[in-house]
Amino acid sequence: MDYAIAALKTASIFLVVISIVPVLIWLERKGAAYIQDRRGPNRAAILGVRLGGLINSLNDVVKLLFKEDIIPANVNKPLFILAPMIAFFVATITLAVIPFADPIQLGSTKLLLQVADLDAGLLYVFAVSSLGVYGVMLAGWAANNKYSLLGGLRSAAQMVSYEVSLGLAVVGIFLMAGSLKLTDIVAYQGSNLFHWNILLQPVAFFIFLTALFAETNRLPFDLPEGESELVAGFHVEYSSMKFALFFMAEYAHIIVGSCIITTLFFGGWHIPFVPVDLIRMNAELVAQGLWIGFAIFSILGGGLLVRRFKKGKYGDLRDYEPLVIGAPGILIGFALLGLFAIFAQDWEFLPWGKNIFIATLQAGVFLAKVLFFCFFFIWVRWTLPRFRYDQLMRLGWKVMLPLALINILVTGWVVLQS
Amino acid sequence: MDDIAKPLDSNPMILNLGPAHPAMHGTLRVLLELQGETIINATPEIGYLHRCFEKESEVKTYTQVIPYTDRLNYLSSLMNNVGYCMTVEKMFPLEIPERAQWIRMLICELSRIMDHAICIGTNAVDIGGLTNFWYLFNPREKITDWVEALCGARLTTTYTRIGGLMRDVPPNTKSFLKECVKETLKGVKDTIGLLKKNRIFMERTQNVGAISKEDAISYGFTGPCLRACGVDYDIRKAHPYYFYDQLNWDVPLGRHGDSYDRLFVRFEEMIQSCRMVEQILEKMPEGPIMTDNREVALPAKHEVYGSIEGIIQQFKIVMHGIKPPPGEIYSYTEAANGELGFYIVSDGSDKPYRIKVRPPCFAIYQAYPDLMKGALVADAVAILGGLNIVAGELDR
Repeated sequence: MDYAIAALKTASIFLVVISIVPVLIWLERKGAAYIQDRRGPNRAAILGVRLGGLINSLNDVVKLLFKEDIIPANVNKPLFILAPMIAFFVATITLAVIPFADPIQLGSTKLLLQVADLDAGLLYVFAVSSLGVYGVMLAGWAANNKYSLLGGLRSAAQMVSYEVSLGLAVVGIFLMAGSLKLTDIVAYQGSNLFHWNILLQPVAFFIFLTALFAETNRLPFDLPEGESELVAGFHVEYSSMKFALFFMAEYAHIIVGSCIITTLFFGGWHIPFVPVDLIRMNAELVAQGLWIGFAIFSILGGGLLVRRFKKGKYGDLRDYEPLVIGAPGILIGFALLGLFAIFAQDWEFLPWGKNIFIATLQAGVFLAKVLFFCFFFIWVRWTLPRFRYDQLMRLGWKVMLPLALINILVTGWVVLQS
Repeated sequence: MDDIAKPLDSNPMILNLGPAHPAMHGTLRVLLELQGETIINATPEIGYLHRCFEKESEVKTYTQVIPYTDRLNYLSSLMNNVGYCMTVEKMFPLEIPERAQWIRMLICELSRIMDHAICIGTNAVDIGGLTNFWYLFNPREKITDWVEALCGARLTTTYTRIGGLMRDVPPNTKSFLKECVKETLKGVKDTIGLLKKNRIFMERTQNVGAISKEDAISYGFTGPCLRACGVDYDIRKAHPYYFYDQLNWDVPLGRHGDSYDRLFVRFEEMIQSCRMVEQILEKMPEGPIMTDNREVALPAKHEVYGSIEGIIQQFKIVMHGIKPPPGEIYSYTEAANGELGFYIVSDGSDKPYRIKVRPPCFAIYQAYPDLMKGALVADAVAILGGLNIVAGELDR
């Protein structure tokens, strides 16, 4: 039974990541487009439904799956094949220790909403994420291409240097929470916004955030790829699904990074200023509020879409998209309102239902925070220029490392005093 | 022990940057000798976009050369048209109508804005600031729309004619270009806001690819790259042609001659060009846009069909071409990148005996290997963008 639950949890977390990745890619493209005064993807459609460009991501997946998988002649074949696997594997397994919500009490069994509640949770995160450098480095070396070699070298230097600050930045949090367990760190922060680590450890947060950008190889630290210098850096020789794995690994890294920031600095799954007990007491009220809110949202959203219907705008199936999505939206909204009117009178959560509801709510809040940070990654990417190699090293070793050490000293002193 | 103390055998890595590299503007190729990421030697190779412009011109009539000039610096093709036609007109010498001169100034300044927009935008992209490109490209796109209304093409304009212009500006020019200027200034302001005080950008460009005044002059730098070193030389001020002396504008100067100064000289030139465009729109007189000298200008159609002189003049120009007197001439204009010179030798026939172009890029590109030495690979790309090398002009 335990194994089955563990397997189920592993599979569901993996599926969540796999399904957020295309959404993130869409968010990146659309976000970039709006930052840059353009429209972004809006052509690919299935029977007229474009979902605002989301279908483009699906097209990409199909395209990459069916592309020819080229392995150049002079590569080190085993490593060349292994590298993307490592990259993606490492990116996803980090999620194993992230708590998505409070444990659910189902009768006598307690269901943890995380794959493994390790005592050394955060150390596991660092241990695994530092393996990520192998993916990039091996890819750069095995491809037998000068550009990818330079990319691999850069990434090795960059990731190793920034790992130091990354690890030291969170030492302050251990000192305060007194535990490496991620659940304990989340519990320590609680639902009081003023007790979250972002306000208790702001320096650590900025160091951590910066180092995380370097770890995920995103602008302004995307030197291993640096398309204008190294063409595509370490994955220049990859094609088809091998390239897709690197591509997905990058976005999986963003998701994982956002999860870790949320857990460590932004109170995890806690809703700001709303303690868990308060929700537990008024669960029915909250559920009803959400129910009505969702219904009204569907009706308004659907109505807005239906109003945008104009025949002959594109002259093909795409014209009908607002109708196809908007009309069911309105219908669902009214159906929800009707159901509410029928069942709202004498209605109460079952004990386990209540737990599941609260867990879902918490997971939703967690996901919202994570998506915000994912957007933050995208936002930064389209705003800042890229560092140069030596400047990157200088920043890592001469600025961030001393700052992190000072932060530890100050935190230690404060903890000792209290 | 001695064996151990010996350094390891190591060879510098040769990296082939280009000719098809995302950051190489056009087909430029540079062989870099790398020690780690530091460039110890660089050998640029040119000629990947050689199209025999100069040789081809020798078998074409003077008018037929005009389309070829579009392809020199394709970012500001209108300017090349003006530079070439001005040279041929000086051979006669031929005075073109006032309105034509003002329109030529107008299109020159617009092309300067367009050229600088691309240069700054792509340089920022090379450094990794991807968004700036669009803030400058959208207003440029609008100006390109006007260029399309002007001559029917967006890139290969072929707008000038020897003795004047192809046709008059579109009727809504004044209001439309004022809007363009407004949008350009807004784009420039946005981009400056993103870049000017940006620490990453400053570290990437300041003291990168710096060149001294003396070196710049001895290499033959002209244009924004020279002015970035602090040399106050602009052909529009030093040797004014057309009515540049009647306009009110300033020559922006840099101080350090590095990539940062080059970019911000360009920014400032865009603002100055906007000023000029506004003044030109106000001062532009009405009148003909083509000279009535029948040696070079085709007669009006009603004359061709209605009078014997008209048909003969038309026949003479079409069949025998435009024939400047024998001699040679060098004429130069301030193009977006610097001094664009045309040296033409005429033997009195309808085809040029020899055309030699003095593109600003060619002189500037000489300095590129020196600017790169000791820098990192990332700098090589950042410097190249700031120099604004256009392969079409470099290789001809």
